[in-house]
Amino acid sequence: MESARESKPLLTATIFVPLVAALGFALLPGTSDDSRRRITTMRIAATLLAAIPLILMVVAWLRFDGTGQFELLESTRWIPTLGVGYKVGIDGVSLPLAAMTALLFVASIAYPVDFGGRAPRYLALMLFLESASLGVFLALDMFLFYVFWDLSLVGMFFLIGAWGHDGAQRSALKFFLYTLAGSLALLLGIIGIYLKTDPRTFDIPTIIEQGVLPAGGAYSTLVFLGMFLGFAIKTPMVPFHTWLPPAHVDAPAPASAILAGVLLKMGTYGFFRFLMQMLPGTFERFAPALGVLAVISIIYGALVALAQTNLKRLVAYTSVNHMGYVILGLAAAGWAVTGEERAQAIALTGAVVEMVAHGLITGALFLISGSVLTRARTYEIDALGGLAGRSPALTGTTAVAAFASLGLPGLAGFVAEFQIFAGTLSIQPWLAGVGLLGIVLTAALFLRMLQKVFLGALPDRWREWTDLSPAETVPLGALLAMVLVIGVVPFWLLDVIDSTATAFTGP
Amino acid sequence: MSREMTASLGDIVPELILLGGGIAILLYAMFAPRRAQVGAALLALAISVAAATATIAMLDGGQTLTFFDTYSTDDVALWSKLIILVATIAVIALSVPWFIRDPRHGEYYMLLLFSSLGAALLAGASDLMEIVMAIVLSSATGYILVAYHRRSKLASEAAIKYFLISALTSSSMLIGVALLFGLAGTTTLSGLRDGLPDDAAALIVGAALIVAALAFKMGSFPAHAWMPDVAQGAPAPVAAFVTTVPKVGGLVALARLVSVLPDTVGWRPLVALLAAATMTLGNLAALWQEDVRRLLGWSAVSQTGYALMALAALGRSALAIPSLMYFLLAYVVANIAAFGVVVELRGRTDRASYAGLARARPMLAISLVIAFLSLIGIPPLVGFGAKLALFTAAIEADYGWLAIVAAANTVVSIFYYARVMAPAYFDDATAPVPVLGRWAASATYILTATIIVAGIAAEPVLESLRGAWLLPR
Repeated sequence: MESARESKPLLTATIFVPLVAALGFALLPGTSDDSRRRITTMRIAATLLAAIPLILMVVAWLRFDGTGQFELLESTRWIPTLGVGYKVGIDGVSLPLAAMTALLFVASIAYPVDFGGRAPRYLALMLFLESASLGVFLALDMFLFYVFWDLSLVGMFFLIGAWGHDGAQRSALKFFLYTLAGSLALLLGIIGIYLKTDPRTFDIPTIIEQGVLPAGGAYSTLVFLGMFLGFAIKTPMVPFHTWLPPAHVDAPAPASAILAGVLLKMGTYGFFRFLMQMLPGTFERFAPALGVLAVISIIYGALVALAQTNLKRLVAYTSVNHMGYVILGLAAAGWAVTGEERAQAIALTGAVVEMVAHGLITGALFLISGSVLTRARTYEIDALGGLAGRSPALTGTTAVAAFASLGLPGLAGFVAEFQIFAGTLSIQPWLAGVGLLGIVLTAALFLRMLQKVFLGALPDRWREWTDLSPAETVPLGALLAMVLVIGVVPFWLLDVIDSTATAFTGP
Repeated sequence: MSREMTASLGDIVPELILLGGGIAILLYAMFAPRRAQVGAALLALAISVAAATATIAMLDGGQTLTFFDTYSTDDVALWSKLIILVATIAVIALSVPWFIRDPRHGEYYMLLLFSSLGAALLAGASDLMEIVMAIVLSSATGYILVAYHRRSKLASEAAIKYFLISALTSSSMLIGVALLFGLAGTTTLSGLRDGLPDDAAALIVGAALIVAALAFKMGSFPAHAWMPDVAQGAPAPVAAFVTTVPKVGGLVALARLVSVLPDTVGWRPLVALLAAATMTLGNLAALWQEDVRRLLGWSAVSQTGYALMALAALGRSALAIPSLMYFLLAYVVANIAAFGVVVELRGRTDRASYAGLARARPMLAISLVIAFLSLIGIPPLVGFGAKLALFTAAIEADYGWLAIVAAANTVVSIFYYARVMAPAYFDDATAPVPVLGRWAASATYILTATIIVAGIAAEPVLESLRGAWLLPR
């Protein structure tokens, strides 16, 4: 599974540049004077630093060959006594996710937010989180993966707690407890796999190649369930999603964007990398159950979102719905059928495109809801209305993001969902059929939201409503431009993902 | 015979340094004027460093039983000594500013050295009488240390509780020793290994009585009740000492004892149950604590439970001993760092008073958070590698359920650690936050850095511990 060529420490730099930058910001003295100028300078500096990983990911993309194996590997000994190594690399699944992560972090850090007098620490945490998130996607050693996985939780805990609003402390704690419970279940699963390797190793390519844990028996089932629990909480799948709405609603907008755009993807990425690639036999046995849970997530997420009057909660629940699509695609791709390899590869590719698309789209939607909050001091949809006339930029960006989220052709969401359902239909038509209802519901809820917020009469209190500033439109524009590019010319992305998808399902 | 004993003296150089150093400090403290009492601290520091150096020099030496099989100098004993001495050095640094105004604090350092000598002897003891002697030395000095602030009611209460539980378990231990001696005709562990019958009611009773005394030393269920009181009531540096150092000796002694017991006694499931009960009890009791020091005391109980997992895996997993030692290192460093923050904050203990610490004292807040995250087991801190090794050892030893219980307990523990971390970071300070001074702060920061470095650079420690075994074997 490995190509022999070792490359320059491109991916290592991708992970550690933001970490070093984070340390730098953490050491800056606090800003009690809080001059606007100083804060803007710091934000721009942080944005530029955050953009370095993005540039490096573009370079990685250009160097990526699409061999269906792990590429651009960098490795070194770390704790050989335990079989722990430092190893990073990319394949057709992790590359798009890491690139999307880098882009979303640039947009989120650039986005203006109330720093609460602690700008250096906020920016340090965001950069720290960027490092950890990229590490999760680039790590090819289970130990290293787990290190970054947990660090991302810690970073997010402090971001939500310190810069959130309303019940932020409570939400932060709930988030921490839930996701760390999942982490520990995952850790037990990782140890379960580790104990079956010989010689003992945490090396992901080796474990995938050797298929150390064949299906059957209580041991592999327990290992699978432990890891499943970890990833299902993170994704989140119904019924493990209850930490998500409060965390999203009370987090500062850029943190919500990262939480939805990046952290949730860690769960679905784990489904692929660990459950499907390392335990393919056991995954096949559980695919039907996963498919059903996915459809439940789709329908439940959409229905609950439909009932929301709070803008951010609404977007949060559409995340549950969209993650359902991803899991449905993954379940179809790992289903125990023969002769449907092409359909399975399509479903898998669709699932990965959905991860990327959802990251960009929902990231944009959460940033937008932050802009609404700074202006309206509320997320209540009913309190808004008629804003289209006052703020064309806000209306335009929200409309594009919402249409992309509901799957309008020409935008990224469509490419993803089309492939997921096209692939799933030929494997499990029933599941696909029920799942399609979710798309109808999502369309309804987004159209209703757009209508309530932007159309109708403008309430008097919003006479002075200001449109988006350039600091807001530029990051949003970057995210939505990518959504449009993927929607119109998706092939450059599909080819990359397909290289790994085909290698997984067989041609 | 006496020539053999003289030759054996080379095996206990660190212990001799501690013993001689303790006596030297006592003499110094008797004759030095009040303002020069702090010299005893510097003396104690130098002695501990010398003992640690001597221990490191012995690390690659022959691992033998010495003094007629009553004392061992294996890697486990040496590493325990090293951990104990590192802890002692850190505690001395924390004690300097804390006791500086006490006119007679010179002798305190003598007690500290004797107490760590007791723990070190316990970690090397390969004979039941030797274990008894080490426990008594470590405990007798412990009472005085805990009650050092004579006028403090909390300290007196803690010391009395400590003393009563100690007296109860130590005397029961003597009965246990008598029983095992009667069964095997010897008190050396190597003799017990060969001489004990496979099953006899007296064996189970005798072993259980000795385990009870060791449970007291390490703060495990059912003899854990002193831990929260001592953590809360004792002078904060002493609390840091008593919640860590005796635990190292106690756990290693228990490991030595159970590994010579015949499997038919059923010690393995018993140790596993003890582990599960201890971690669960400690965690549940810590949940709603409003007193940070008490919380740390209960957390210390739960950490003993995690360590006991390694004992349940003894002989079944090659990781059992390395994981135990690595965990002890991780725990000792993190726990003393956490207490170091408390000391530097002048013993501040009300949870509410930690609000806004991150703004008032950012470095201390970060130290506290890193210590807590390491105690939880967040990577890449040292506590993570330790827990990973413990979990792996337990699962490999067919104690998967114990690993699951430990994981569940870890989740619970997040709650109470976060109850201190969250206000420290998310709230605003209500009052100024006075601190103690440079000594305690430096020690705390060095320990904090160690938590990070020992986590990332775990290889040298684990490499050195790989293949470590327990004597006698």
